[in-house]
Amino acid sequence: MSVSAVVAPVTSPSQTRLVAIVGNPNAGKTSLFNALTGSSQKVGNYPGVTVEKVSAELKLEGERIDCIDVPGLYSLAPRSEDERVAADVILGKCTDLSKPDLLVCVLDASNLERNLFFYSQLADLGIPLLVALTMVDRIERDGRRVDYARLTNLLGAEVIPVNGHKAKGMVVLKEAIAKNLAAPRIPKLELGGPDALEGKIALLRERLARIGMDVTSGEVRESLFDPSEEMQLYLSDFPEVREAFDEAKAIAAIEPAQAPPADTATRYQWAGMVQRATVPQPVEGRQRPLTDRIDYVLTHRVFGLGVFLGVMYLVFQSIYTFSQPLMDLISKGFSFVGGLIGPHLENVPILKSLAVDGLIAGVGSALVFLPQILILFFFIAFLEGTGYLARAAFLMDKLLGWCGLNGRAFIPLLSSFACAIPGIMAARVMPDSKSRLATILVAPLMSCSARLPVYLLLIGAFIAPYGPIWAGFALFAMHLLGLLVAIPIVWFLNRGVIKGKRLPFLLELPPYQWPRWRDVWLAMYFRAKVFVTTAGTTIVVMSILIWGLSFFPRSNEARARYQTEVTRRNPSASQDVIDHHVQEQELAHSYLGRFGKGIEPVFVPAGFDWRITTAILSAFPARETVVPSLGIIFSLGTDTEKDPKALQQAMRDARWPDGRPLMTPLTAVGLMVFFALCCQCMSTLATVKRETNSWKWPVFMFTYMSLLAYLAAVGIHQIGSRI
Amino acid sequence: MSAPAATSMGFAKLRKGMRARIVSIASSSEALQRIQEMGLTVGTTFRVVKVAPFGDPVEIDVRGYRLCLRRAETQGIEVEAIS
Repeated sequence: MSVSAVVAPVTSPSQTRLVAIVGNPNAGKTSLFNALTGSSQKVGNYPGVTVEKVSAELKLEGERIDCIDVPGLYSLAPRSEDERVAADVILGKCTDLSKPDLLVCVLDASNLERNLFFYSQLADLGIPLLVALTMVDRIERDGRRVDYARLTNLLGAEVIPVNGHKAKGMVVLKEAIAKNLAAPRIPKLELGGPDALEGKIALLRERLARIGMDVTSGEVRESLFDPSEEMQLYLSDFPEVREAFDEAKAIAAIEPAQAPPADTATRYQWAGMVQRATVPQPVEGRQRPLTDRIDYVLTHRVFGLGVFLGVMYLVFQSIYTFSQPLMDLISKGFSFVGGLIGPHLENVPILKSLAVDGLIAGVGSALVFLPQILILFFFIAFLEGTGYLARAAFLMDKLLGWCGLNGRAFIPLLSSFACAIPGIMAARVMPDSKSRLATILVAPLMSCSARLPVYLLLIGAFIAPYGPIWAGFALFAMHLLGLLVAIPIVWFLNRGVIKGKRLPFLLELPPYQWPRWRDVWLAMYFRAKVFVTTAGTTIVVMSILIWGLSFFPRSNEARARYQTEVTRRNPSASQDVIDHHVQEQELAHSYLGRFGKGIEPVFVPAGFDWRITTAILSAFPARETVVPSLGIIFSLGTDTEKDPKALQQAMRDARWPDGRPLMTPLTAVGLMVFFALCCQCMSTLATVKRETNSWKWPVFMFTYMSLLAYLAAVGIHQIGSRI
Repeated sequence: MSAPAATSMGFAKLRKGMRARIVSIASSSEALQRIQEMGLTVGTTFRVVKVAPFGDPVEIDVRGYRLCLRRAETQGIEVEAIS
């Protein structure tokens, strides 16, 4: 008997039709979407929310179809922002999408019962459905077979196995999508109500299904007082059927039939019935022998933590080491392009500076993060694909859970020690938006690799004279600082700033599997593409702005005046010395330099003069520039990398106007702490804007980190100088 | 279902290797509704597979898959141990 109705297509032919791919997390939904659409995907955001929208065009028998990958759902009752968006897409309430013409529901054959709970909710919506059954290989591996005919019958929808997501399966699936768009099937499930009679009827249906008889609850109800011949046969042959039949009949005699909406327990009862009727159960405890054996080690309380530390070390070390040559190559490439273009614009100094110092340097400072993003997302996609990421979250949850994060936060936080940008992008491994936002907001507090040159410069000049032990300790302390500061901040954010309710931490441990290289590659490709297109454009605009502030105003008269100043003081000055002096003076008199002098009083309580202040200000677009900036300001030229000793000496020799030394070890510590806590990276801010889909959070992040850095620097100077 | 009152206990008291059946779920908070939607409904039996190194979360085998929950977030779920 059929439990579905074939209805006429309802859409007008003028509109592009929409197919939504839906399913539980871990059911293989994204993998199927990748196999179906490949690299033609578009990655964007749903309007007004942080949830990422992944869509693609599909060609079916000459017709163009929109296809959308809906975020994974366990239930249609939305409990978080992501789930609300997903549910809205399915229900057609999403403002920039039409109502889906067909839902392709991805069901994991090896975890059918829980997947069917979600299916039963979808089936209530009255939207045409098609089922793609994944992970069939896991069932067939130990000789079990799926009963497709009965599954199709019980689900009221066509069931397409897409084993291994091979090209052949995709062809069949595409044909089925085209067929179902032309002749849609809307399932009508017989779930039964939660009352006692429905429970007994469901039990009876389940026992009948087990011996090969599929009946609707309406038919069972009718047969209670007038059993068919076939039913009478079963009743006499199977005592367990007789038992359920008698119980149901006893209740039916005293209770009128009714049909309230199905609750969770009823849906699971139905799901269990369908599963037992269509997929043979494995031997108890033998469901996943290989996974259990691997997990014996990987989630072991001693070995598991050891392996975890090893894996994280490998990830971290790879980001650190492998990206360096690539980053150097990108930097060199951009300097090379700047060097090629520069001479052609020699006659128009403004254009030359705009192109070389503003545009090319700005784009370069953003693209330099690309290798780190690619390497980190290789590991994330690989570890996620194998199922290890879930294990790592299992191991780490207790450590991160008490302050309001959860086990999944370790990847974004750890990778932020290399660079906050991939770290912030990695926060999307966290399924609920509240803890994702908390993680994003503290990720830049982790001491990234761009802070290292500042630490090395200042420790070398002011701490190293006390001995290598102190120098090593200072470097370690600077890296620990961000982590220690982040924990109370998350605690505070979760109690005041980030709205939304806390959801229980529910983590599924899927069986281990070998990741599909296509999925790994596409994850890397789309992260890189998103970064270059959206964050990249913001970074270029901001680079030009900062360049303008440090370039203007300038005039040839002023330039000539700075030149004569040097030659008057030192008639034998070389061209290099003259150029450095001109550069220094031009920066000092630019809007940025004037601003630095103007707000010098603000930084005096921290022990910084206008020179340090200007260096700090000029480092707001990218903290990497602070060492060259200090070089320019302390009149050494930009080649400080070749001779850091000279800059260290110049900083030690610098004096306040009254002759006191400008920098003491205390000032150096204050300055390092300022750099450790301050948000001096516009690429980070642009990434936060992109990931949270709002300017509110980057502005908040910038404000709280700058305030924190300032207060810490002032505190260190004020307290330290009194001891 | 058997009468559970004498042997029932909180979910959080379960230890590694134990099998249990859910006896009752306290008035449904949103968190407990989500846990039920994951398949932990009244009458469901499950097995505690493992406890994470620092004591939480707990990994259980339920309805043929593996789910991890934090003990504190299962408040309101009463279970009985079964052999």
